[in-house]
Parts: sequence; structure tokens; C-alpha cells
Amino acid sequence: MLAETSLDIRTVSKTYQVNDQALDVLRNIDFTVEPGEFVSIVGASGCGKSTLLRLIIGLDTEYHGDILLDGRRIDGPGADRSIVFQEHRLFPWLTVEQNVALGLDASDAPVAIRGQSVAEHIDLVRLAGFEKAYPHQLSGGMAQRAAIARALVNRPKILLLDEPLGALDSLTRAYLQDELLRIWRQQSVTVLMVTHDVEEAVYLSDKIVVMEPRPGRIAGIVPIDLDHQRERAAAGFIAHKERVLHLLNH
Amino acid sequence: MVDQTVSEALAKPAAAAGPGRDFWRGIAVPAALVVIWSAASHLGLVDSRLLVPPERVALVPFLDADGRELWLGITASVLRMLAGFTIGILAGGALGLLMGVSRFAERGIAPSFTAVRQITLFAWIPLLTAWFGNGEAAKIVFIALSAGFPMALNTHQGLRDIPIAFVEVARVLRLSRRRLLTQVLVPSALPAIAIGIEIALINAWIGTVGAEYAMGLGRGVGAFLAEGREQFRMDIVIVGVLTLALVGFVLNTLLRAGVARLMPASGNSRR
Repeated sequence: MLAETSLDIRTVSKTYQVNDQALDVLRNIDFTVEPGEFVSIVGASGCGKSTLLRLIIGLDTEYHGDILLDGRRIDGPGADRSIVFQEHRLFPWLTVEQNVALGLDASDAPVAIRGQSVAEHIDLVRLAGFEKAYPHQLSGGMAQRAAIARALVNRPKILLLDEPLGALDSLTRAYLQDELLRIWRQQSVTVLMVTHDVEEAVYLSDKIVVMEPRPGRIAGIVPIDLDHQRERAAAGFIAHKERVLHLLNH
Repeated sequence: MVDQTVSEALAKPAAAAGPGRDFWRGIAVPAALVVIWSAASHLGLVDSRLLVPPERVALVPFLDADGRELWLGITASVLRMLAGFTIGILAGGALGLLMGVSRFAERGIAPSFTAVRQITLFAWIPLLTAWFGNGEAAKIVFIALSAGFPMALNTHQGLRDIPIAFVEVARVLRLSRRRLLTQVLVPSALPAIAIGIEIALINAWIGTVGAEYAMGLGRGVGAFLAEGREQFRMDIVIVGVLTLALVGFVLNTLLRAGVARLMPASGNSRR
């Protein structure tokens, strides 16, 4: 299965009214995520990167410009997109299995297939055996993997990740970065990830969108033309990291 | 609830404490009071007609003809209370649910609800007796009102305080209304609803005795108390008062145990 959905973000701007003053959160954001790509957005806090994800997922529909998914303007949440937040946001009163199954609630898949699909995705994130566990019985990394399963179970075309590993310790983090890569390849889903960790972005992405704050705008787009077995200490890797850091601090 | 067996199994270790030091500490104050009470009446520090010695009070429900009325009284009161309490939490819960789920209903009902809630419950009595007479119906309606208000209030509050993070997840997953209600809203509001039920029970019991005392006629602990006062039988009055406390305590303990069993063993249920 090949993902064929492209995400076009065209001159998107967003303004908040704060005490009768217009505050630009996003100004003229313009880039494209190609089908099957892994794209990261990095930037200092306050650059509007999370706001942009909220627009794309459809939690917020008030903006100027166009966010197009296969040419159609986004006007709310839809089956073609899903999101993983920084906190896992699993429902504490539901088991892993029940949480993941909620991802299929809006789907019209027959019940028999749903159970199988839930099991497959729990397997995909390597939580087999923890189906009946409650979120508070899981470690942070495991809970986040369950959240990824919930996001993927309805087979979205685009997976949005809002600093998904930001709350995890560095060992778990490094492990889950590799897991993300594996899942991304296995599911051939298009990924758009927000992170503040430049190294993480270089390690995972095909392309990095660097943003700067006040107003939130694009400072530059850095394509990562490295093959997918990346060594963090390799010269090419460090060169890309330097380019991104330079754009961030220019 | 969802997956009872698992949640029960997980809840067991925490609930297995049993009567320990807390129990004995809790019993110390009442025990001391009984000793003081006994000393005061036996040493003639107070008129023993006003403060009947404890051992005589303890025997009244068994040996005294008027005192034996207590048992039927308790039965009548508890049944009456359960009727009013059940109606109250169902109606109050439904009202709270409606206000918590529908903005439209909230805007329409909440202001009136808040206004009506300002009326002291006992001020309802003249109105209720005028509408329903002095019999069972008026009492049960009064008890239902006592239980219904805190139930509605807590249910409403619990539904309003659902973390925005969960609401966003529900929106992103595009949950159906039914799923949203049963899997997200109600479970999230459950701790608040449980507190509502607890307060409703306490209020219902207070309301029961209040109704019996104020609306006369018929059996009940309240009527038992009123009778004792009329006949200047302080032993009966004291028995009645102690009964109120004891029954209230037992009801509350039973309810808590019931609620603890119903709550799923999640981070959510700890309060």
C-alpha cells in the first residue's frame, strides 16, 4: 500500500486577538508534504508549530490561506488524519485495547475486522500482552506507543506528531525514534512531526521545516539527503544539523 | 462497568486494610463521651431525667413498650429514605447530565436551577404539604428534593470539568455521541458523580428525619423522636438521636463500599 496523499500548506496565516491587539501566530506558512514523506517542523517555543498542527488536524478551522489535502480544504477532523500529542492522552478508565479500539469508532469497518485490526496495531507498537492493562500501569514510553496504535488503527493517510517523545527520558526516546522509523516504513504513512530536538529531526526526517517566532514564520526548509541508516556522529549528519541550527539562531 | 473482573482484581490490594489503628482512634471520642455522660448522670451532676444514664438508654429499645417502636420506625424511615433517595438521584442525575451535555439545556436550566437551590429545603415543606398533603407522598418528594439538588449539581460540575485534552481526543477520533457519552464524558465525571451520590445520601437521611418530624403522622425515627419529646421521655429522645447518627453512618459506609467496587481501577478513580 502506498500513501498518495499530499498535504499542501499554502500561505497560511493565523491571528489571535489579545486585548484588542492582533497577534500574528502564523504568517505566510507555505510548504508541501509529499506522499510518504517524513517531515519535521522545528522551532523555538512560540513559533506556532503546535498551532499549525491543530489547524491541520482540524481542531481549529479559523485561518487565512489554504490547507489542502489532495486539493481539498480541511474544515475539521477527518479519517485521513490522526495525531499523537506530547502527553499520551489515553483514557485512564479504558484498557489499552479499548483505547485503541476508540480509534475505529468512526470507521464503518465490520466488527469482526475491527478486533483484528486493533490486535494488529497493538502488535505493531509491540504492546502484545498488555491489551488488558490500564494506562497507569504502563511506562511513559509504552503509553505513548499505545497512543500511536490508537492513531494508526484507522489507517490514516497522514500521521501528525506533536512532540510525541518530548516527555520521555533519553534512552526511551532514542529507542522510540527507531520505532517511529520502523512503523513509518511498515505502514507507509505520511508523517508530519513537530519537535524542538534538532538531532531527532535530522535523524528521522526527509525534510525539515525550520520556523522562527513572533510572528511564527518559516526560516528555511532543509532537505535531508542522507540514506536511512543514519549515524549521529557521521560528518553528513552533523553538517545537516549545523544547517538547521544556523537557521534557528541566525 | 467496563471490565469488572480486571478492575476488581486490581482494586483488591488497596482495599484489604481492614479495621486498624484508624478504627480504634475513631472509636476513642465516642467512648470518652459515654464515660463522661455516665459519670455526669450517676454522680448527680445533671438532672437524670434530662440526661438518662447510658445503660438505661441502651435498654430502652428492647425493654420499653414505647421504646420498642424504634425498630419499626427505623424500617419505615430507611424504606422511605431509599424511595426518596432513588427518585432524587435519578432525577438529579438526569438533570445534571442534561445540563452537562447540552449547552442549550445548560443555558436554559442552569440559572433557574441555581436560583431554586437558594431556597432552604425546609421552606419547601409548606408548599409540599399543600400540594401532596401530610402523607407519604409529600415526605418522599421532600427527600427526593434533598437528594436531587446535590446530585444534579455534582453531575453537572463533573461533566463540565472534563479535561480539554480528552475533549480534543474525542473530537479528533470523531467519536459518536453515544460513545462520547459512555466512554468519555460519564467515566470522566464519575468521581464527581460518586461524591454527588454520597452527599445525596447524607441529605436524604437528614431530609427523611426532617420530613417525619415536620410533617407528622406515620411511623419513622423522626416521629419516634417527636413522640419522645411530647412525653418528656429523654431516654427515647436520646435513643432516637443516636439512632440517626448510627443509621446515617451505616448507610454511608455501605455506599462507599459499593462505590469503591463500582469504580474502575484507574488513575481517575483515586481521589
